[in-house]
This record gives sequence, C-alpha cells and structure tokens, in this order.
Amino acid sequence: MRTLLTGNYAVAEAVKLSRAKVIAAYPITPQTTIVEKLAEMVEKGELDAEFIRVESEHSALAAVYGAAIAGRRAFTATSSHGLLYMYEMVWWVANARVPLVMAMVTRTIGPPWNIHTDHTDLLTMRDSGWIISMAENVQEAFDLTIQGFRISEEVDLPFTVGLDAFQLSHTAEVVEVPDQQEVDEWLPERRQSYKVLPGNAVTIGNIGPNEYTAKLRYAMAKAIEDSRKVIEKADNSFGEKFGRKYGGLVEEYRLEGAEYVVVMAGAWCGDAKDAIDRLRDEGLPIGMMKIRYFRPFPKEEIKRLEGKEVLVVDRAFSMGYMGIFGMEVSSVIGDVTNVIAGIGGVDVGVEDFEAMFRKFASRKLQRLEWWPREVFS
Amino acid sequence: MSLPMESILLPGNPACQGCPHALGLRALSVLENVVLVVPAGCTTIISGVHPKASFSVPVLHVPFASAVAVASGLAAAYKQEGVEANVVVWMGDGAADIGFATISGAAVRNEDIIVVVSDNEAYMNTGIQSSGTTFWKAKTTTSPGGKSEEKKDLAGIMLMHRIPYVATASVGYLQDFVNKLRRVSEIRGFRFIHLHSPCPPGWRFDSSKTVEIARLAVKSGAWILWEYDGRFRISSPSKPYKDETKRVPLEEYIKTQGRFRGLSGEDIEEIKKKVEEQWKFVLTMEKTFK
Repeated sequence: MRTLLTGNYAVAEAVKLSRAKVIAAYPITPQTTIVEKLAEMVEKGELDAEFIRVESEHSALAAVYGAAIAGRRAFTATSSHGLLYMYEMVWWVANARVPLVMAMVTRTIGPPWNIHTDHTDLLTMRDSGWIISMAENVQEAFDLTIQGFRISEEVDLPFTVGLDAFQLSHTAEVVEVPDQQEVDEWLPERRQSYKVLPGNAVTIGNIGPNEYTAKLRYAMAKAIEDSRKVIEKADNSFGEKFGRKYGGLVEEYRLEGAEYVVVMAGAWCGDAKDAIDRLRDEGLPIGMMKIRYFRPFPKEEIKRLEGKEVLVVDRAFSMGYMGIFGMEVSSVIGDVTNVIAGIGGVDVGVEDFEAMFRKFASRKLQRLEWWPREVFS
Repeated sequence: MSLPMESILLPGNPACQGCPHALGLRALSVLENVVLVVPAGCTTIISGVHPKASFSVPVLHVPFASAVAVASGLAAAYKQEGVEANVVVWMGDGAADIGFATISGAAVRNEDIIVVVSDNEAYMNTGIQSSGTTFWKAKTTTSPGGKSEEKKDLAGIMLMHRIPYVATASVGYLQDFVNKLRRVSEIRGFRFIHLHSPCPPGWRFDSSKTVEIARLAVKSGAWILWEYDGRFRISSPSKPYKDETKRVPLEEYIKTQGRFRGLSGEDIEEIKKKVEEQWKFVLTMEKTFK
C-alpha cells in the first residue's frame, strides 16, 4: 500500500508490522510522535503489545532491556538529551548482547536549547556495540526499522535507526507499506541466544574474572564484524521481497567515472544528490558514497575511494579534532577534505551543496571548513 | 518458626559474617517462580563470581538506577507471554536513592512486581557512605562528624503512592518478614517492603549481634514494623511499643553501635524527638486507614 507518512509515523508503522511486544518510552521532541502513535495503536488494539509509560529515558531502555531479555521483541525511541540520559543503559544492553531496536531521531545537544538536527547525539553511540544505521528518507527509515529487528536478532546486538529531526521525523513522504503477511514472511519469529525465565536458574551480569570481560568484548567485536554479512544479506533478501535494495553498509550514487566523491549520511543526502545531478549535467565527474551504517563502519567500501578526491560532509564535530565522519573516513584513506555543516539544524539546501561541491572541485575548500562561512564570521 | 526449609540463597556464598542481606534473601524463598533483579550493591558480591552463582533462581544484575524499570520490562514480557512469575527487585538504600524516580514511576504504574529495599542505612558496598536513610547523627565515611541531614522515610513515601501493599520489616523478626512475603504473594500489582538490615562492619558492631541489634531497633521504637494492604496495621513485634513506657531506652540501641560513638546527650535528645515524630506519623496512619 502506498501511503503518506511522516518519518516518525513510518517508524511506528514498521514497529507494529514487526510485531513488537513491549514498548517503553519517554517523550522527547522530535521523537515523541513515534511513541504517541504506538501508544494509540496499542490502545486501539491494532498492536498486541504492552506499552510502559516510564518516567525517564534511562528507564525506557532499562524496561526494554528487561522485556527483551525475557524473550520478547521490544522497542524504544529517543533523541538527543534522552539518549544522553539513558547512556548507561545504551552500553549495558550492548554488552549484555540483547537484541532490540531503538529509533534515534537525531537532534543537537544543548545548551542552548535547540530541537533541530545534527548527528552529534547519535554518534555518541559509536563505541558501544550497537549497530548504527542512518536513514536518508522516510521509506528508508521504515525499511531499516523492520530490517533492524532481523539483523539485531541474528547477531545478538542492539540496533538503532537514526533519522534526522523534522527533515524526516516530521516530514510526510509517500511510503510503500507492505501488508502484515508480507512482513511476517520476511521477518521470522524472535530468536535470541538466551532468555531469563522463572525456573531457569541462570545468573546474568554478575562479577567474573577479568579475562571473562575481555572474552565477552572479543566475542562482541567479532559479532559486529560478522554483522556486515548479515546486513548485506538482509538488504539483498529485503530487496528481493519488497523491491527496495539499498546496497548494504553504503549506497553508491553516480560513482561511475567519478573523480570527486562526497561522503555523508542522513536526510540531507537527498539535497546533496540533487546538487550532484546538476554538476554532473555540467560534466563534473562527481558522485556520492552515502554511509547507511556508521557501525559496523564500511571500511572496505571506503577503501574503494582511494585515489579519488574525497569530501566528507559532517553534521557532527569531535571537539579538538575534526568532523566525526571526517576522521573515520580519513582513518581508512588518509587525508580528506572535511566540511562541517548543518550544526544545530542550520539549513543546508541544494544550492549550498552545489556551491560547496563546486568549491571542492576547484580546490577552494580548506581541508577543514565550517560551512557556511558567513555564519562563523 | 515456619521459615522455608529450602533457600534460594545457596550455602557457601560470600556474604560477610552476620550479613543481614543473607538472612533476608533466605526469607524470599517462600515466593514461587522468583526472578530476582539486583542492582549494584552488596548483593552483587553475595551473588558470587562467575562461573559460580549463589542463587537457585534466575538473577539479573543490572545498573544501579535501572532495577525497577528492568523489572517492569520483565513483568510486561511475562504478562505478554502468559508466564507466571514473581519478579522481585532486591536493592539497597543506595539503589533506592539513585533510582528513586524509577521506584516511584513503577509504583504509579502499579507494575506487577515486588520491591524489597534491604536498608543498612548507608552505602555499604562502596565503604559506608551516608545515604538518604542513614540514621540521624550516624557517622559514615562521608559524614565523619555524624549525619546532619534528615532520614528519609522510604516506606512512608511509598505509602503515599497508594499502591496495593507497603510494609516495613526487620531481619530481627524473620517470621514477620516471611508472613509479609506470604501476604505479598496473594496480591498482584506493586508491592513494597522496606527491610531494616543492620550491617556489622557498617554500623560497627560484632557480627554475632545482627539479630540482637535489629531487635533492639524495634524494641527501642527506632524502627517501627507496620503493614498496609488497604488497611494500615502496626505489626505484632512493634505493637507493645506503641506504649512509650514499654520501650527499651533509645540509649540501649545507640550504645551498641560504633557509628554513634561520641554522641552528646543533646544529640540523643534530638534523635528521640525524631523517633517520636515517626511514631506520631505511624499512629496517625493506623487511625486513618483502619
């Protein structure tokens, strides 16, 4: 069925079709409408799930952890300060190897208070062991949410879907929504390595020898490494079933014959693609490698960009160094040009990208540049 | 005493000598289908070192402030799956301080869980730091001159949440605690027990005296046993002490513990006033919820 949905409602629809059984959430702008929609679905009996109205984000992820470790498909969503408030649990659920899905509507971090998008919040999850995906449009947010349950449950690691505040969360787009039977055919019943059930006298999370912690982290590192194949497989089979295949960890856009390559992630990729189209029309050999998964990091894919001029456009900055994507990409292929833009939701449109890429191709960008200059002068 | 013969806490566990938690945890054995949720604290240690474990029931160790929320998630999942379970959070006063919003939130939602705060009146696992429930004037490593702040009445606050069941209990009166747990197993919804747990190293008394000191707390009126399940009743062990003249002098309780060493007569008078206020509160509740 083709229907008009905002990013947040699309995520809620995907959670429903994935038959989540326990949802716990605390509202935060711009995530709120995801869980409002889910609460409504539960109340109306459209979704057979328990909805726990917790008192904080820390408790939201804690409750979801409890439900997931008891063996049920569980979901929560948050944003910005909500993520930071639940940060302890972010690490705990990953280290406990419990499959679950969380939507992360990206929003800048205060002060000052600001509800608009940048990617700083999501990227604080980088080292925690979550599989971190980022959507470009509402359809991709929907698809990633369903895929997230399957991928998470195959590798026993939590999965997050990043979607930009307002640009996706509150923007309605036409979305292809499959029916329940189709989703059931593609998404198997929940599976997980272990469950906590009465009568099963296991002790989880207790103190152990140091080597035990080290062994668990090693196993986790291996699992997230192995998730590359699982993600690719999920992308392929999802493509076969639903006709939408994205390319796995990255999406390549007009890379054939490209000498200039832009690397970026999130909602603004759509505008950047339009800019690329215009420049291509002028004969400039430019393309994009869109990062769909920040973790596991697409290192093999990035490696293919060696020998090309690479511009990384970042919506997050690592204080004291450079853009976060910028430093990650340069760790694979050496020096890159790094533009920091859209921080705190500063609008960056097609014209901006066109101007930025033109400057890049004529080597007029500094190696590290905050965009647009007039904001910072 | 009709205490359970089989204990969910297994012998050979690494609890300190005279540990009150070890007594309280054994009493939990009267509950069926227990799933234990344990935030960081002394019970993390008592649970043993992997690959060994000290409990014969499933135990989920979780971060400090998260325990009651994790329990809410477990209970929701069991409800969804039709699994019969008694999800029990066993926490100390430290977790109750840091996770108080979590306890309050779950109480408001009337989650189908049991929360036992085994209160040794300080953060013992990190080495005796002052907590919200630390006794008036008690010396801890962060209140070396004696606690100057108030003592928070956790069970009283939970009573104000209008949950189905709230009680205080004491490791000195295990039969009373077991009776309360049995009562708890007949009720669904959010159930809260505030268990008084004297700690030998934390309170500085000999490890053979845990029960004796727990009883002195009740006999002197410093700890009052009560129960609320719609009706509020002062529990049998505390009943005689409604009459102030029947109580053991508070000094008898205080002098047994190193944490009160050096208290002045004025300090003791002040504590007596606080204890009197607590009695007034409890007697008022008994009258209000007949």
